[in-house]
Amino acid sequence: MAAQRNLILFAGVALLFILTGYFQSWNLSLNILNLALLSCIMAIGVNIQWGYAGLFSTGIVGSVALGGLAVVLVSSKPVPDGWAAGGPRIFGALVFAGLVIALAVWLYRQLKPGSTRSLALAAYLVVAFFIYRSILDAGVIATEANNPAQAGNIGGLGLNSLFAWPVGALLAAAGAWVIGKIALGLREDYLAIATLGIAEIIVTVMRNEDWLDRGVKNLTGMPRPWPVPLEIDLQVNPAFLEPVASLGLDPVTASTILVKLLYAGMFGLILLLLVWGCERALNSPWGRTVRAIRDNEISSAAMGKDVKFRHLQIFIIGSAVVGLAGAMMTSMEGQLTPSSYLPLRFTFLIWVMVIVGGSGNNWGSILGGLLIGWLYLAVEFLGPQAMDIVTSGMPAGWLKDHLQDSAAQMRLLSLGVVLLVVLRFAPKGLIPEK
Amino acid sequence: MAEPFLIGENMTGGYGPVDILHSCTLAVEPGEIAVIVGPNGAGKSTGMKAVFGMLKLRQGSVRLNGEDITQLSPQARVRKGMGFVPQTHNIFTGMTVEENLEMGAFIRDDAEIQETMEQIYDLFPILRQKRYQKAGELSGGQRQQVAVGRALMTKPRVLMLDEPTAGVSPIVMDELFDRIIEIARSGISILMVEQNARQALEIADKGYVLVQGKNRYTDTGKALLADPDVRKSFLGG
Amino acid sequence: MDTLNALVAFLNFIVIPGLAYGSQLALGALGLTLIFSVLRFSNFAHGDTMAFGTAFVILFTWWFQSMGITAGPLPTALLALPFGILATIAMMLATDRVVYRFYRNQKAKPIIVVIVSTGVMFVMNGLVRMIIGTQEINFGDGARMWLSPQDFKTWTGLAEPLAIKGTAAISVMAALICCALLFWFLQKTRTGKSMRAYSDNEDLALLSGINPERVVMITWIIAGALACIAGTLYGLDKSYRGIVYFSLLMPMFAAAIVGGLGSPVGAIVGSFIVAFSELIVTSAWKKILGYLAPPDWLGDGLYQALSTDYKVAVSFGILIIVLLFRPQGIFGGK
Repeated sequence: MAAQRNLILFAGVALLFILTGYFQSWNLSLNILNLALLSCIMAIGVNIQWGYAGLFSTGIVGSVALGGLAVVLVSSKPVPDGWAAGGPRIFGALVFAGLVIALAVWLYRQLKPGSTRSLALAAYLVVAFFIYRSILDAGVIATEANNPAQAGNIGGLGLNSLFAWPVGALLAAAGAWVIGKIALGLREDYLAIATLGIAEIIVTVMRNEDWLDRGVKNLTGMPRPWPVPLEIDLQVNPAFLEPVASLGLDPVTASTILVKLLYAGMFGLILLLLVWGCERALNSPWGRTVRAIRDNEISSAAMGKDVKFRHLQIFIIGSAVVGLAGAMMTSMEGQLTPSSYLPLRFTFLIWVMVIVGGSGNNWGSILGGLLIGWLYLAVEFLGPQAMDIVTSGMPAGWLKDHLQDSAAQMRLLSLGVVLLVVLRFAPKGLIPEK
Repeated sequence: MAEPFLIGENMTGGYGPVDILHSCTLAVEPGEIAVIVGPNGAGKSTGMKAVFGMLKLRQGSVRLNGEDITQLSPQARVRKGMGFVPQTHNIFTGMTVEENLEMGAFIRDDAEIQETMEQIYDLFPILRQKRYQKAGELSGGQRQQVAVGRALMTKPRVLMLDEPTAGVSPIVMDELFDRIIEIARSGISILMVEQNARQALEIADKGYVLVQGKNRYTDTGKALLADPDVRKSFLGG
Repeated sequence: MDTLNALVAFLNFIVIPGLAYGSQLALGALGLTLIFSVLRFSNFAHGDTMAFGTAFVILFTWWFQSMGITAGPLPTALLALPFGILATIAMMLATDRVVYRFYRNQKAKPIIVVIVSTGVMFVMNGLVRMIIGTQEINFGDGARMWLSPQDFKTWTGLAEPLAIKGTAAISVMAALICCALLFWFLQKTRTGKSMRAYSDNEDLALLSGINPERVVMITWIIAGALACIAGTLYGLDKSYRGIVYFSLLMPMFAAAIVGGLGSPVGAIVGSFIVAFSELIVTSAWKKILGYLAPPDWLGDGLYQALSTDYKVAVSFGILIIVLLFRPQGIFGGK
């Protein structure tokens, strides 16, 4: 019975995509689908954290951005001059910073507690910070001076962007480790507040550090992941043109659709692999421990389970999955636009997906990801149309203009309302946890 | 025999589906001290909470001065003249002693609050000394005095104490018991749960020995102390 | 003489802006900490509550200005403030009735209420965007400076004029008045004491006959009023954009946690710690140092530890230090 219901729900969502393709365009529909699939993967990551362990993080956008950064570092064009100008120096500064922090932690553990220790460590860190800046700044200036119009960054490794995907996961995992170490094990709101901050810092770094990723100048022209071809290559490839011609399709449209289908296939495959892995993990002894901790932290701790360690582990895994999706997204788009990493789009939207779909249930997250992902992007063309209908009876005037202008802002409001309504009236979501 | 001033009669109920109390009866007369003793898990605190309306009864009733109050909320019972001192978390730690007493009188809107406060300071002189100190900074015994004082601020006719001497030293315990006797002398009924059964029964006009949520022995405090069965099973010989 | 100039520059670039920004943060953080101590959750919608209240203040300001009503040397927004406060309070009470009360009665876990508050944040942010848009609005009028730089220079003969922005002075005074009123209310009135009692020990407060719904209502009223004042002052000082208030969440949370969540004094102290740290770390010290050291010593560096873009990193850093070493904050808290 429940299975039937779920099938109907998924069929309904599929219908939405088909209708979009039919009435708008298949290109648009597939575009939305690809972004929705990526959102599904992010939602799986969030579901691991929230659904499995009850961890509320408001820093999803940080993991997504770190995934994007991985693509820049791994697969963007190398900039030998930029690297030669300041790369080693910058790298040296970062290594220095790492050593300084490691030494600080070691000193903290070695020294006797007291205000002398605090003052000494604070002084040490302040001095070290200025040394770090003096090493870093010269390198940054040199790198950014190198052809600022086209480069100005240290460049990447120029590898296929498929390699960047696991790197994105690793970067996000590393970020999660740091923040989890600090904020887990305290009041649960503290994790939410701390992750909000770290995410904002990550995005700020990516917006401002031109040497790293060209900042708001954006980094474009990154290669496609294997095996996706470029549309223009397809359009001159006889092996593609002949079957297309024989089907009577327009080669330009067909090439864009083929590319999008390839992405959809790859993303779908990874999504299924993840779900399969998650389901296996959930039904293993590990999964049972994790759920026992979520349902009753105190008694689990009393039974000798290391709650904090489990939480850290889950927080890292969930963030890694989100980072993976972030890398996949940047590698599909072929460019990094740091200013597009908005908490609204990549933190709270994903949350709405998980909660609407059904927290704790992987299939729920996928359904939520597809449904809300479609809704979020479809509102772009449906919103103004709907507002036109609403205001059609009104006389022309400032109110009508104001309402039509504000249609674009409806998105936030409706997301908030959806979240509140689902939390209140269907807190288990569309597909409840078994 | 006339109806007692406060009686919880044939009380049956518990927090969840499982009953903790089984047809348990507790009563107290004006100016009398009634003590509930018994082994751990006998439902002593539960019995008192039932009288105060903190758990739902499946059967039985609670009557105060002849009026059926079974359906009233604890807050409404406070207004009817019942005061309750919980076992833990029974003071406002971040507020001064005087503010604690003021909060105790929150439901009163008459002009004599100051007078009541003076009476409580007379009863517990140390509180007068520490009236502007945060209650959380006081010693265990002093905190208990604040807790009792807070409950007395409503000028209750019945004062219910859940293990008032838990965690205080024997000297402080004797001191507290003296104060409780003094309160009872002023005409207030006292119903209390005690771990220190022997000392409590010594000052009790009436004692209830509960076992597994049922009344096992009920008699005057002296008689219970003298009863060899009670001594053997509950007072350690 | 140069020391004096350096001192004036220090006042101009660090002390005065720090006091103003700290005051604005404090009014916001006080609301956060009150909500935390009574309703027991971290309110993620608080930044957008500030934006919401300020939007209404701006609407009323425009209306007053269109009728030719101004406050002379003071910003007209001060006249509009009471109406903005009323709108904010109405919104708070409506939100509590429609959204939060349900979870309170359910005794939902705090983290669920935190998530709910993010939903409220969305709705408020959407409303603000629909009401007033996302563009930058400058709604300050009246005298911009309380001390004419030219006069200061003639009086003192210093090269560096002391600049006291009207909005900075108003912020500090408003914060002083609000804090004094709040502490008087919490310490001296029966209702205020009942609020403290409720946040101290909920069960005992119930036993004492304190009505929780009333306490909650008063908390929302105070938090809403403070949020509207804080938002308006911040908007007057830095010009208004509905979407920047979200980024005030981080410094406000940091301030409240540094002081100890639930402690009003802590929220105020924490706010000034955060505000001054931000300014000390992200200000360019070149001008101040320029008066103290011979010019050729300094070179062309700005003497700025972090660029202003990294303001958030400062409050985050403070938050991390507190979480690592003293999670309960300076003034205890829970």
